[in-house]
Amino acid sequence: MTLGPSVGLMALATRTERRTEPQPSMTRIFWRSTVGKKTVMALSGLIMLGYLVAHVMGNLKIFFGPGEFNAYGHWLRTMGAPVLHHSWALWIVRVGLLAAVIGHAVSAYQLSRRDIKARPTAYVHKRPRASYATRTMRWGGIILALFIVWHILDLTTGTVHVGGFEEGRPYQNVVDTFSTWYGNVIYIVAMLAVGLHVRHGFWSAAQTLGAGNARRDRALKAMANGLALVLTAGFVSVPVAVMTGVVS
Amino acid sequence: MKLNLRVWRQQNTDAEGAMATYEVDGISPDMSFLEMLDTLNEDLILRGEEPVAFDHDCREGICGACSLVINGDAHGPERTTTCQLHMRSFRDGDTIDVEPWRASAFPVVKDLVVDRSAFDRIIQAGGYISAPTGSAPEAHATPVPKPDADSAFEHAECIGCGACVAACPNGSAMLFTSAKVNHLNVLPQGAPERETRVLDMVAAMDDEGFGGCTLTGECATACPKGIPLPSIAAMNREWLRATRKARR
Ligand code: HEM
Ligand code: SF4
Ligand code: FES
Repeated sequence: MTLGPSVGLMALATRTERRTEPQPSMTRIFWRSTVGKKTVMALSGLIMLGYLVAHVMGNLKIFFGPGEFNAYGHWLRTMGAPVLHHSWALWIVRVGLLAAVIGHAVSAYQLSRRDIKARPTAYVHKRPRASYATRTMRWGGIILALFIVWHILDLTTGTVHVGGFEEGRPYQNVVDTFSTWYGNVIYIVAMLAVGLHVRHGFWSAAQTLGAGNARRDRALKAMANGLALVLTAGFVSVPVAVMTGVVS
Repeated sequence: MKLNLRVWRQQNTDAEGAMATYEVDGISPDMSFLEMLDTLNEDLILRGEEPVAFDHDCREGICGACSLVINGDAHGPERTTTCQLHMRSFRDGDTIDVEPWRASAFPVVKDLVVDRSAFDRIIQAGGYISAPTGSAPEAHATPVPKPDADSAFEHAECIGCGACVAACPNGSAMLFTSAKVNHLNVLPQGAPERETRVLDMVAAMDDEGFGGCTLTGECATACPKGIPLPSIAAMNREWLRATRKARR
């Protein structure tokens, strides 16, 4: 049998047609995709998580007295000097965090809307635990967003602060905040929300970024639980110390 | 066995549906769930009522046609397909709720039948390899490492039933899509389309209106074929790799 030109023709005929219209840019593909948006959430979440770890370490300095705590607050403004002008490093961190919060919140909002639309009809037979993680992430996220605003207005700008807010005297400002019942309630509820958010979020981010696999699963879950516990316990210890008079 | 059934009845996609209550008697514990429904339908036909429409084909757990959310669980209480679920999993006198898959990407066609063609379109977007057709190639021509072959087999087990979507609180198709992507992406035969496959299939999944993944894990719990949750992380890894390479 001779292999004539039909072989060439057959190869042509069985070639799979590729899409020929111009492809959108990678940035567009990334932002349009649910997987891309989740990646934005995971990265911005991890940036915020890193910040929270630094933040809790700073907060715990309150147990070493006003001198050390206030000096730490001062250092935050001189860090990076003399290379950077006073407070510049702090502002760079703030801008980065703001970008992370906005990126995180916008993706969370868009993804959540999409998710709710994708499942418009609930089952008649309910299984309450089915959406536990999803719901704690969404409600926890809303609590955290509100808390971030309140927290900045309270201890950064002093807008809603009770007692004489004084910049450069963070020790006294913290004691004032936690001398009110609602200051304690808001703060402790938000820190429990942080714990729950990080508990699912850290492990979740590892999956989103493709770092999760069956072998690593237990280690990742243990790390998530550990981080959540350390953050919540560390943050909550401050109002508890003020309430019990350990810090005053 | 005598059972109380509450079954979703809906004339067509646009009609309002509701749960209807039926009693079935003379059910053997050795019947499959579908045979139990057959019994119900025989009764209904004899009474001159319209039988309940439900999907099925092989009835041996390999085709992926059967569906049904039974008492809130996709494919019912056992880790298997509805056709392989036996009535011994229930007790005499039980009330059983039977509902269709719920997701906006899976519209109800009639009663318990939903349109799952969205899955076909995801497959069309990249669930193939472009090997030339013809006689079967020599089996040893392309060596496949054992772990890769195992992984491909594990993912090839997906029968496209859609239980993962039905169980997900976000109506997400990530487990199905990850099974299909990983099945071919781990194999040398799938390598030529490795990047376009994952990008196109994820884009098709998003276009069909499935929700995003919040890693609740309901999908992997419901999957009758045991497609594991880390498959989603593996697909995310492939997707991120493809966006970096950006070879389209
Ligand atoms: C502005 C306030 C916040 C909102 C509205 C918010 C909301 C959410 C929501 C809804 C999710 C799940 C989204 C999904 O899976 O589709 C999520 C995930 C996550 N969040 Fe937040 N969150 C906030 C603050 C934070 C903070 C302060 C952290 C830092 C610890 C954080 C870390 C994470 C992480 C690591 C994830 C996992 C991302 C992933 O699954 O890949 N979030 N957030
Ligand atoms: S991943 Fe499992 S549940 Fe989803 S379609 Fe495939 S077999 Fe069905
Ligand atoms: S009818 Fe084929 S898998 Fe159930």
